[in-house]
Amino acid sequence: MGNPSTPPDLRSDASSGSLVGSARGDALFKWLLIAAACTIPALLLALLYELSSGAWPALSKFGLEFIVSGTWDPVAGIFGAWPAIFGTLLTSLLALAMAVPLSLGVAIYLTEFAPVAIRRPVATVIELLAAIPSVVYGLWGIFVLIPFLTTSIFPWLEANLGFLPIFRGPIYGPSVLAASLILTVMIVPFIMSVSREVLLAVPSGQREAALALGATRWEAVSTAIVPYAKSGIIGAVILGLGRALGETMAVTMLIGNRHEVAASLFAPGYSMAAVIANEFADAAGGPIHESALIYMALLLFAVTVVVNAAARLLIWRVSKGRGGR
Amino acid sequence: MISRRALRRGKSRVMVGLMGVAVLVAILPLFLILASLVIEGASSLSISFFVNRPAPVGETGGGVAHAILGTLMIVGVASAVGIPLGVAAGIYCSEYRGTRLAWVTRFVADVLNGTPSIVVGLLAWTWVVATQKHFSALAGSIALAFLMVPMVMRTTEELVRLVPDSLREAALALGYPRWRTTLVVVLRTALPGIVTGSLLAVARVAGETAPLLFTALGSEYFSFDMDRPMAALPLVVYKYATGPYPEWHKLAWTASLVLILVVLVLNVAARLATRQRFDRA
Repeated sequence: MGNPSTPPDLRSDASSGSLVGSARGDALFKWLLIAAACTIPALLLALLYELSSGAWPALSKFGLEFIVSGTWDPVAGIFGAWPAIFGTLLTSLLALAMAVPLSLGVAIYLTEFAPVAIRRPVATVIELLAAIPSVVYGLWGIFVLIPFLTTSIFPWLEANLGFLPIFRGPIYGPSVLAASLILTVMIVPFIMSVSREVLLAVPSGQREAALALGATRWEAVSTAIVPYAKSGIIGAVILGLGRALGETMAVTMLIGNRHEVAASLFAPGYSMAAVIANEFADAAGGPIHESALIYMALLLFAVTVVVNAAARLLIWRVSKGRGGR
Repeated sequence: MISRRALRRGKSRVMVGLMGVAVLVAILPLFLILASLVIEGASSLSISFFVNRPAPVGETGGGVAHAILGTLMIVGVASAVGIPLGVAAGIYCSEYRGTRLAWVTRFVADVLNGTPSIVVGLLAWTWVVATQKHFSALAGSIALAFLMVPMVMRTTEELVRLVPDSLREAALALGYPRWRTTLVVVLRTALPGIVTGSLLAVARVAGETAPLLFTALGSEYFSFDMDRPMAALPLVVYKYATGPYPEWHKLAWTASLVLILVVLVLNVAARLATRQRFDRA
């Protein structure tokens, strides 16, 4: 840690300020900082307030029926969000099911087994995946991933696992499965990087004790290290879930955008964020359509706030030892 | 007994091997995506791409200069608002870390960092577009600034916290008031880290599309007017990727390549800037 390169100039202060003056400066400075800090909680409250008031017309008209109804008809002014909610949950959970083993494997390998020299570089490269803009994932998904899926993976799945209803039916390009796969790629860096941080915080005594008792390296990880970091890892997974739920552009470009609940993963679907992205700029159904979309955003916001708050509390509990968070 | 021991060792090796494979699988998409971008996008990179507007449908060539300008303006205005606010909030949460406001702010910032950007875009829409009755670049900047504040706040807070207390004590012991200690000694020491955090935040919002869809909206023309709709690189990629024409797809690939080069360069620069100073992992 470097010192400031030039020594502070004390004379200017000694000549300009009495103790009273500096106390006034301190108070002003502190209040400025407090004002800046307050903008963040204020932002949360503003979001809650504006979304609630914007959603009010739809909320009072459709109530909780909005969540379970499957009809989305802007022309008739009838709105039910169930297909979008279903699509959001399905794609996120599928993505989680694929991303969790993958990212935990990477995180454990990079903290316990990989040669020390490659640990940080590899982690950095994977974290770069999180820096790629969502719309670029969407572009790549449309022109590279979907053609690959429709020509090789989907037909193979249908031929070999077609007895399951989820792998049956006509193969469209854009589909729930394509969206889930792109989401998987997108949330791996988040889950990996947070669980890696949590694993790094495990005291090495845990590992050494297990090894000293004769455990193999895998047994040390699975019996002594992972259980110690458990709540932090769960936090990392929930954080990944939050990302997947709110992901917008890539899903909009790959899910097919159809207000429909289909049994097949090859069929197009919809997600809450995608509905807002597609329909909000020109809500054809007038004010009630707009209000229904804001209602949808309010639901999405409420879910992600709960999910993220839970994830943070779990992660803080584990890494409290490090850096006093 | 020996076979049981061999079994346990074997299992350990298999598991470690599987995790090694997981690393390869996780890295693969990055290289696939970068390779596609270079293969599909690099051939259209030309001077014209950086100075012209898109050509009419059916003609080849043309560029996205209007969108590059738009992104620079929208992100520039957002940074001018978002970075100072975020840095100030971060300093508060680190220098007055014991207070309840600091705890709440830190927690809410983490929650907001996980909030879908499209929802934040709706707030800007309500405050600017709905009241003015027209789309504007300014609304887009406001949405991006809202996204930047909690991001910058968290990195600033963590890096200012790393400044040793002995530096603060030395300055205070020399008679410095607290505000000057913070600005001249603490902030200066943490400056490279704050620059890193700000660069990362800029890189993230530069690629944001969703909050711009119904704020900045996009445009086909050069514009310096923040009160009108404005083009932006991510909006161009979205529009051209989902459009029907092969020329548009080509432009979308090239625009993506430019976007990702900017984002990756910002990321790598940000990481290198603080590597030696704040390497904690």
